Amino acid sequence: MTDTDTNTETANPVAYPQDRTCPYHPPAGYDALRATRPLARVTLFDGRPAWLVTGHTTARRLLADQRLSTDRRRDGFPATSARLTAVQGRSPALLGVDDPEHRAQRKMVIPEFTLKRAAALRPRIQEIVDGRLDAMTAQGPPADLVPAFALPVPSMVICALLGVPYADHDFFEEQSRRLLRGPRPEDTREARDRLEAYLGELVDRKRRSPGEGLLDDLVRQQLAEGALDRDQLIAFAVILLVAGHETTANMISLGTFTLLRNPARLAELRADPALLPGAVEELMRMLSIADGLLRTAVEDIEVEGHTIRAGDGVVFSTSVINRDETVYPEPDVLDWHRPARHHVAFGFGIHQCLGQNLARAELEIALRSLFERLPGLRLAAPAEEIAFKPGDTIQGMLELPVAW
Amino acid sequence: MHIGIDQDTCIGAGQCALTAPDVFTQDDDGYSTLRPGREDGGGSPLVREAARACPVGAITVSERVG
Repeated sequence: MTDTDTNTETANPVAYPQDRTCPYHPPAGYDALRATRPLARVTLFDGRPAWLVTGHTTARRLLADQRLSTDRRRDGFPATSARLTAVQGRSPALLGVDDPEHRAQRKMVIPEFTLKRAAALRPRIQEIVDGRLDAMTAQGPPADLVPAFALPVPSMVICALLGVPYADHDFFEEQSRRLLRGPRPEDTREARDRLEAYLGELVDRKRRSPGEGLLDDLVRQQLAEGALDRDQLIAFAVILLVAGHETTANMISLGTFTLLRNPARLAELRADPALLPGAVEELMRMLSIADGLLRTAVEDIEVEGHTIRAGDGVVFSTSVINRDETVYPEPDVLDWHRPARHHVAFGFGIHQCLGQNLARAELEIALRSLFERLPGLRLAAPAEEIAFKPGDTIQGMLELPVAW
Repeated sequence: MHIGIDQDTCIGAGQCALTAPDVFTQDDDGYSTLRPGREDGGGSPLVREAARACPVGAITVSERVG
């Protein structure tokens, strides 16, 4: 059977991406995709067609299939916004690089992101979380939890880990925001250039006098030994800095919002903090903030009666995959008593999130401390009026007005 | 139970050690390795879950015959 035999090809393709209507559920416009698992044809923002992977088993198989490339420069590589198209002339380090080069890149940084390393960072993360809660409670209530807590916590953690001065956070947070959300394509390109220039200067300073941090280690070892050149090291720094704070910040803000909207679940979590690791996994599954992982096929791939042709764009909708009811019964219900494991919120295959162990530690400490410290935490505005991010970027809250 | 880890495939994600911490750990380079004395899985029911959690299929589990 070929793809033209099936209704996924001939039916009106669903537009991808779409904006969510509730920030913690996939867009209502994706409901049709649940009926056509594991694959659908979708139309991207620029009118180009792509395969959308929507089934859990198929997603795990294809994310581990190296006939799908993550190199943005390849012909046919899909884009989910004009911003992404604007920066596709170059492919980012790590997540935009195929094996074997990817393997060599990842090997350089794995030791900094192990479970042991994340565990060793917990006291430092706790200090940072406590410090932000001190500052927030000294000034409020009310507060906007995004700038007061959700963003600075992971930003301070990644600065400490990389050896980036947190004093520069206004600059790199703003450029990260423009890189990921534009709104104009030229904003994205310019933000990338500014981040590269900033991190290039930082790398040069570290060459003269290395300090403590992962970037300093990379300067002392990989740069000195020629395993990375200056441009490659800067590309590493950009991806580690941006991915290291934006994603976790979104999980903290959207996770908090979701828990406040599920008061029975929140009460249960407060009564038994041992539930927290499972709750973090379930929130990861349910929120799937990084929807739309992008690949292009470099060979024809036969899958589930379809043929993905070489050059076809392939998009993985983590929000739809993580609600596959054959794996997660009642997938739209927040329930950490289900085993949420094997979700693909961190991706799967060789590009599975490098920082996932650190992210888990940050989320556990941030959420536990926030709700312990502020037993009366509540939304300070009607939930439906609180702004969240559009569907073409990492999902999360744009603001989170709270009182306590 | 025989547990095999292909370190040339492992990406150091740590999912095995997260899932079955009594059996798996990460070495100094971050790659998966079996804890000393637990090479046979130590009877842990989580070993197969750990293999399934591996994002690159680097872990194989088989029942030892004989």
